[in-house]
Amino acid sequence: MAKKVAFMQGNEAAAQGALYAGCKFFAGYPITPSTEVAEVMSGELPKVGGKFIQMEDEIGAMAAVIGAALTGKKVLTATSGPGLSLKQESIGYACITEVPCVIINVMRGGPSTGMPTGPSQSDVMCAKWGTHGDHPAICLVPASVQELFEETVRAFNLAEKYRTPVMVMPDEIVGHMRERIVFPEPGELEVINRTQPTVPPEQYKPYDTQFGDVPPLAAFGSGYRFHVTGLNKMADGFPTTKAAIVQAEEERQVRKVEANRADIMKWEEYLVDDAEVVVVAFGSTSRSARFAVNEARKQGIKAGLFRLITFWPFPEERLLEISKKVKAFITPEMNLGMCTGVVKGCIEGNAPVHGIFRVDGEPINPNEILSKMKEVK
Amino acid sequence: MAFDYDKYIRPGKLPHIWCPGCGHGIVMKGLIRAIDAVGLEKNNTAIVSGIGCASRLPGYMDCCTLHTAHGRAAAFATGVKMARPEMNVILVGGDGDGTAIGGNHFIHACRRNIDMTYIIMNNNIYGMTGGQFSPCTPTGAKASTTPYGNPDPAFDVAKLAIGAGATFVARGTAYHATQIDKLIVEAIQHKGFSVVEILDDCPTTYGRRNKFRSVIEMMNRLKEVAVPVKAAEKMTPEQLEGKILTGVLHKVEKPEYTAEYAKVIERAQAAK
Repeated sequence: MAKKVAFMQGNEAAAQGALYAGCKFFAGYPITPSTEVAEVMSGELPKVGGKFIQMEDEIGAMAAVIGAALTGKKVLTATSGPGLSLKQESIGYACITEVPCVIINVMRGGPSTGMPTGPSQSDVMCAKWGTHGDHPAICLVPASVQELFEETVRAFNLAEKYRTPVMVMPDEIVGHMRERIVFPEPGELEVINRTQPTVPPEQYKPYDTQFGDVPPLAAFGSGYRFHVTGLNKMADGFPTTKAAIVQAEEERQVRKVEANRADIMKWEEYLVDDAEVVVVAFGSTSRSARFAVNEARKQGIKAGLFRLITFWPFPEERLLEISKKVKAFITPEMNLGMCTGVVKGCIEGNAPVHGIFRVDGEPINPNEILSKMKEVK
Repeated sequence: MAFDYDKYIRPGKLPHIWCPGCGHGIVMKGLIRAIDAVGLEKNNTAIVSGIGCASRLPGYMDCCTLHTAHGRAAAFATGVKMARPEMNVILVGGDGDGTAIGGNHFIHACRRNIDMTYIIMNNNIYGMTGGQFSPCTPTGAKASTTPYGNPDPAFDVAKLAIGAGATFVARGTAYHATQIDKLIVEAIQHKGFSVVEILDDCPTTYGRRNKFRSVIEMMNRLKEVAVPVKAAEKMTPEQLEGKILTGVLHKVEKPEYTAEYAKVIERAQAAK
């Protein structure tokens, strides 16, 4: 049977990806440029017996998805910059309580209200450092409609597998562009569900590390009674201020992601092997970068593209390796140097890093990148 | 035979954190008696709170308990109830948590008329942080952040809930302990969003700043200001001056939110 093919918008594809992954609950609040995700979910979820609720604010939407996740459902919310700022409180709550949830954040200009309809890539630091305290961070940065669908499925898998919030961050261009998408058949993409407890209810502890760094999560209403709190907690979920336990639990929460970087990280290397100039880019900017790399090759410049698909965790080790044999990195991004700084931080000064920064609501075009290649080659 | 509270208390989690003389324990006992009277199953009952002294209550209860972020209980609880409507969802918290930082979630839970019961322990103060004034601190009262007397007017929590669309609103006091469970029973049995405001006392951070020389004085004040709604009908406005009505203040039938959403699902599936 021929696969289902469509001409579809990125945000709509993200919603379809969530449904493919088995999402059964969405809570949101209207915000440009992410609203289509909510619109699709409001129409599709009830068809599959799922629930959609438009909450009174962004804070409430994030809180509601966590509440729903604790009943065993796979949950999604969608937002953009100002909404992401508001959601940070409960994102931190989901980190410390270890509740799986997926947040789609379609990046627009900022700070504050910024440029609601303009593209940006300036929320990637907010994805890691937005909520206070130490916590794990997973942030995926797809570059096409197809990839936005697939990475949304993967976001649910990572959230379920590691019991942690996962952010999918298309820039506004990827969120709003329309292009061809080939829908995977059911079963074609892996779909992971959280581990359920095997111990009887009276023995169950929601943070019982005898089951490893990611203990099973029972559902409210399933016969398991347990306590969930945003305070630093013990294995049984109750608050503690005992220094050794707090230290160990905080480290475990971060280790869930850090020790599994290889499983979580994803990137694409295009003509990097013999490259002298490597462009590190993500999202829509990586599409301009690929075009520029192809043009450069035609002109005899040994250019390559290192395309981030996971922004957090960041593929530091691989970039360090590459840095030992290239003349320069170019880092085009729609912010004032967020990715550039991270690249500089992991390559130990092995090569210069030349940023191209735009925060004017315009995409970075291939010529800007090509000119920079000629300048630094 | 004496009532067996242990059936609903988590083993090993007492003593509670509340100060001697605080009314929250009276409210918790009332809630336990109400849960028992209605016959709620512990496995199928979620107790959700925000932050503050009153919000520590869920930890002591042997149910599915969710101690959330400051003010957010109603929003988290809405997620629980929407995702699993067959669960009994009870919210607990204080006046600062519910009417200041959580005010928006509170009024919208009322508006939706989602079938949950919210017990708001109003002790007129932020106790846990040391006695700052809340939206329910009386005008003129002393708090740690109103050293010259509180310039703010106070919320009437019950009127706020009625105005926002809650379909059951009742008020009791920590003094009238035996009335508490009766009000909560009726609230739980009501189909829709029910609010039970319990006037409470905080001797530690409110009483000592406001010339209450003892817990007994604070409890006596609750006794004196409370007027049952029925009794109030026969009283003149002059007699009601400074009094606070108690009992069931508001009860109407309106479509309940999760039931309405079930119809959305039916319509969506019929159109498929």
